[in-house]
Amino acid sequence: MKILVGVKRVIDAYVKVRVKSDHTGVETQNVKMSMNPFDEIAVEEGVRLREAGTADELIAVSIGPDQAQETIRTALAMGADRGIHVVADGRVEPLAIAKIFKELIARENPDVVILGKQAIDDDNNQVGQMLAALMGWSQGTFASKIELGAGQAKVTREIDGGLETLDLKLPAVLTTDLRLNEPRYASLPNIMKAKKKEIAKLTADELGVDTAPRVEILKVTEPPARQAGVKVESAAELVEKLKNEAKVI
Amino acid sequence: MAPDAATAQDLSEEERIIFDSVDKFIEQDVRPHAHKLEAADEYPREIADKLAEMGLMGATIGEEYGGLGLSASTYSKIVERVSSCWMSVSGIFNSHLIAAAAVERFGTEDQKRYWLPKMASGEMRGGIALTEPDCGTDLQAVRTTAKKDGNEYVLNGNKMWITNCIEGNFLAVLAKTDPETEPKHKGMSLILVEKDAGYKTSKLHKLGYKGIDTGEVVFDNTRVPLTNLIGPDEGRGLQQILGGLELGRINVAARGVGVARAALNDAVAYALDRKTFGKPIAEHQSIQIKLADMATRVEAAHLLVDSAARAYDKGQRCDMEAGMAKLFATEAALENAIEAMRIHGAYGYSKEYNVERYFRDAPLLCIGEGTNELQRIIIARQLTERAQG
Repeated sequence: MKILVGVKRVIDAYVKVRVKSDHTGVETQNVKMSMNPFDEIAVEEGVRLREAGTADELIAVSIGPDQAQETIRTALAMGADRGIHVVADGRVEPLAIAKIFKELIARENPDVVILGKQAIDDDNNQVGQMLAALMGWSQGTFASKIELGAGQAKVTREIDGGLETLDLKLPAVLTTDLRLNEPRYASLPNIMKAKKKEIAKLTADELGVDTAPRVEILKVTEPPARQAGVKVESAAELVEKLKNEAKVI
Repeated sequence: MAPDAATAQDLSEEERIIFDSVDKFIEQDVRPHAHKLEAADEYPREIADKLAEMGLMGATIGEEYGGLGLSASTYSKIVERVSSCWMSVSGIFNSHLIAAAAVERFGTEDQKRYWLPKMASGEMRGGIALTEPDCGTDLQAVRTTAKKDGNEYVLNGNKMWITNCIEGNFLAVLAKTDPETEPKHKGMSLILVEKDAGYKTSKLHKLGYKGIDTGEVVFDNTRVPLTNLIGPDEGRGLQQILGGLELGRINVAARGVGVARAALNDAVAYALDRKTFGKPIAEHQSIQIKLADMATRVEAAHLLVDSAARAYDKGQRCDMEAGMAKLFATEAALENAIEAMRIHGAYGYSKEYNVERYFRDAPLLCIGEGTNELQRIIIARQLTERAQG
């Protein structure tokens, strides 16, 4: 079984994000960048399937600028076999990403594509669903458990009411939720070995995908600063305010 | 708080990936356990096993011998990171790697092929045994002897303050193979002794640097094969040790940067959180002055270590540079620990916070691996020597 995972380079989850002074986006200069945390979970799941012998090849794909190669290298250090880097500068929207994956699927013929449910930079949560639709494949989104069998997958997903279990036919697109696994950190010897693993470079043009944005960003601004709350003197005053001002009790 | 955030752009892709992994290892597997293990003075066995899995037991050992072959520059930044969480953990691989470096630099090809892969994997873990009850800085005064008897050396003597002597399974021991020779160093040799050969150890109790097994070692007719002598010839021991001291000092200096940074990070976090007279103490000028000095010391110490490490990597003579880095960075650790304690007030004196630990750990750095007084002498000698051409 062949698995394709997507890895996106995003601003590190622990960095305090700042809006650019010209309001065209957020500041990415001199900011620590990392693999999208949900993608780390996708890689970890792929590596576990690879180690269990369920999968025989794991390919890490990233679509982004030159530096995205580092994100692929991290996936290779975690245990992916090889990488594909689709070099793209600037903003690439979810539909274009899904189309690029569609072209890569045509070339690679994977049985399963595992993606993060969303990237923590733009929080779109669209690529997995769009890709499944473009391919006409089954989809299991927000997975908290994945069991792969011959030609089918059992996916437990987190929904508002609790857990839902789906039986899917392969090929399928799966997206990861936070509780699927706890990703490993790469050991230093594996980081060294990853240097020798192959990363193929492509462009969206070569794949015949037009990545020009369809959506125009007018302005990016900071959320309004939170106003300080009101301090009350006593519990009685609090109850009075909740009753008469907030009208919640 | 991640170090080097501002300078991350200057790192290579490989270094960024390595440091990222090391940071994750520290946050997941070291930080949650450090406080408890250190309070109990308990050896961090699981962390030691994880260090081996991470490949750190072979960090500076050449790739052809199963190690990672990291440069001193990259390695020193790993030591900084580990020490900025818990200094003791760096001791598990620091003196181990100094012993390995002696084998790699001076051992015969057979010795390298036999020992280094086992050291790199962590199957063999150990350290270096130089200091004795009556001899530290002046190594020529070593009294431990290794006498030839057939095809074995017979070791007798005591070693003090030996890191990894209890939990590890080998030591590189500095001993006199010819006690009569003058000058004395020509009778000194470095010999690998496996724990199975039989030596007694007892744990020493220290102010800080807890958790790690620093002990006294007693050799009482301990027998090892002649082939355990590092290198083909006797009488090279002191030279072999001195050859590793520069890296050892860069190593200890990097620990100093780590401790100094830890003290700074804790102090900044506390100063932003703690309020007096209606505002965070970070807004009071007296605290700002302390924080500014602490941060400047961290940055200056880091740069000195990096510059010494880079000189070492280029194969340049760097005893003066390593001495300066060691002197400055370890004093920075001590000063920052004290300042962090003052900023924390009573909480800094409390066992519930980590600041009192930095305060107990830092002085070792000023004493160990050549006292800071000795470093000054080395620096001054080099200064005048270089000035005279």
